Amino acid sequence: MKPALRGQAGSRWGGRLLELYAGLVLLYLFLPILVIVLFSFNRPDGRFNFVWKAFSLAAWQDPLLYPALVEAMRLSVSVAAVSSAAALVFGTLIALALCRYRFRAAGAVNLFLVLPLTTPEVVLGSSLLSLFLSLDAVMGYWTIVLAHVMFSISYVALTVRARIRGFDWTLEEAAMDLGATPFQVVRKVTLPLIAPGIAAAGMLSFALSLDDFIITLFNAGSRVTFPLYVYGARRAAFPPQINVLSTTILAVSLFVLGVIVLWQQRVHRQNLRWIPESR
Amino acid sequence: MAGIAAGGSRRSALAPYLLLAPGILYLLAFYLVPALSLARTALSPETGPWYGGLQHALSDYGMHLVRSFQYALTATVLAALLGYPLAYAMAFRAGRLKNLLLGLVMLPFFTTFLVRTLAWKTLLADEGLIVRALGALHLLPVEGRLLNTVWGVLGGLTYNFLPFMILPIYVSLEKIDRRHLEAAQDLYGAPASVFRKVVLPLSLPGLLAGSLLTFIPAAGDFVNAELLGTPNQKMLGSVIYGQFLTVRDYPLAASLSLLLMFFILLLVLAYTRALGTEDLA
Repeated sequence: MKPALRGQAGSRWGGRLLELYAGLVLLYLFLPILVIVLFSFNRPDGRFNFVWKAFSLAAWQDPLLYPALVEAMRLSVSVAAVSSAAALVFGTLIALALCRYRFRAAGAVNLFLVLPLTTPEVVLGSSLLSLFLSLDAVMGYWTIVLAHVMFSISYVALTVRARIRGFDWTLEEAAMDLGATPFQVVRKVTLPLIAPGIAAAGMLSFALSLDDFIITLFNAGSRVTFPLYVYGARRAAFPPQINVLSTTILAVSLFVLGVIVLWQQRVHRQNLRWIPESR
Repeated sequence: MAGIAAGGSRRSALAPYLLLAPGILYLLAFYLVPALSLARTALSPETGPWYGGLQHALSDYGMHLVRSFQYALTATVLAALLGYPLAYAMAFRAGRLKNLLLGLVMLPFFTTFLVRTLAWKTLLADEGLIVRALGALHLLPVEGRLLNTVWGVLGGLTYNFLPFMILPIYVSLEKIDRRHLEAAQDLYGAPASVFRKVVLPLSLPGLLAGSLLTFIPAAGDFVNAELLGTPNQKMLGSVIYGQFLTVRDYPLAASLSLLLMFFILLLVLAYTRALGTEDLA
């Protein structure tokens, strides 16, 4: 800590107390995650993995034991992949427009982007259902995808915008002056610059889609995603395989997140190297 | 931004609109049009006046609407009480651990919301860890329970939306120019008054953004109430879901949803008029 903050550190007990309190809040955030991971090693009595009985690796050795669970996971991953790919395209283009141009409608666009984030999911889900019903649409895979793209666009646009703000776009001018075609500029200059931001946004929208329950509940028809499976499982049978899959999602997310953070730091350093005053 | 100034002459004025078009059209088609469709379903019942659905909704389920807002408000206050000190500790006392802690706060986002909430069922169970710990500390009466009570529901709501509170507060604390604090200290401000007169006012936008981002999902949520409560804690979302997909009284269901949207929209517009959209993103 900097000496400048001596006043706050002045009451050392206050500082310790604050740290203890913050630690307890963090514990509150982790407790359920610990339970999820721990219970993937449980050998439950009966059909419900809600009470700790005995340590067992059975669920990890046979994670794909339940075909319906595997099918639900497959559907969720497929929806997440397709919907985040589409949302990435829409959202990144919006972010580029907002970051690189000054135009009159920018304020209105910002507000319009925030609206889906500040509308309760139950309203988003029921609105879409109401539209699909009035169109006599068949509910299923594509209605889920349409819904997920909708709520992901804003997240992608705002995430990409936050990551590419302050980049040195004169590099593009330089490339053009050196005779690059517009296509070459995009491929060799623009994309490498914004790629880590897009990757972070892609990961976020993938995670959001994989996790979404309420909006999907309204628009899934008879299809069952992973969260919908879990919702049903709490009444029928809740095997530890659910915890195994959840723990796997967590581990994979952390790994991907780590890779993206490292990549982002590298690109940022490289970009800064071109700006004379930051050297 | 030099890039814009230099590029302006080469790029057409239409360029930003071309970039915006696909995404904005998509949102118009699948955010705005559905909202209008919801309003039409709500306001054109097969019989009776156009406001019949709304009237029916308010008289039969006004209680659930009020309860949802009460729970959401309580969860927001609890999340602020828990989240502000943590964000403060992260911004001012964490040093090199800052980024690690930031990652840890976001960790819950990478486990499924529903599985997380069901984990609370295990934690709050009558023979579970928390009930026994609180019982041993005499903070909970003998035979006292948390699962299937209003406290279980509030605990779950607060838990699930706490990161939405912490992150904007942290960002606003992080942005505070440390020289303001030095100045206040140099002028012999006591730690408490430095906090009250400098830190708190400067972090207020983050606190308000966090409160909005916690309140909204909490008000619309019904998973916590369904998994951790009883029908006595039923929230508006459950009613909307049940009316839409089980009872299939579409005008009533749409009216309930429209009412929720209306009140939240008032909040959001009041917020953005005062503070803009910057802190929400």
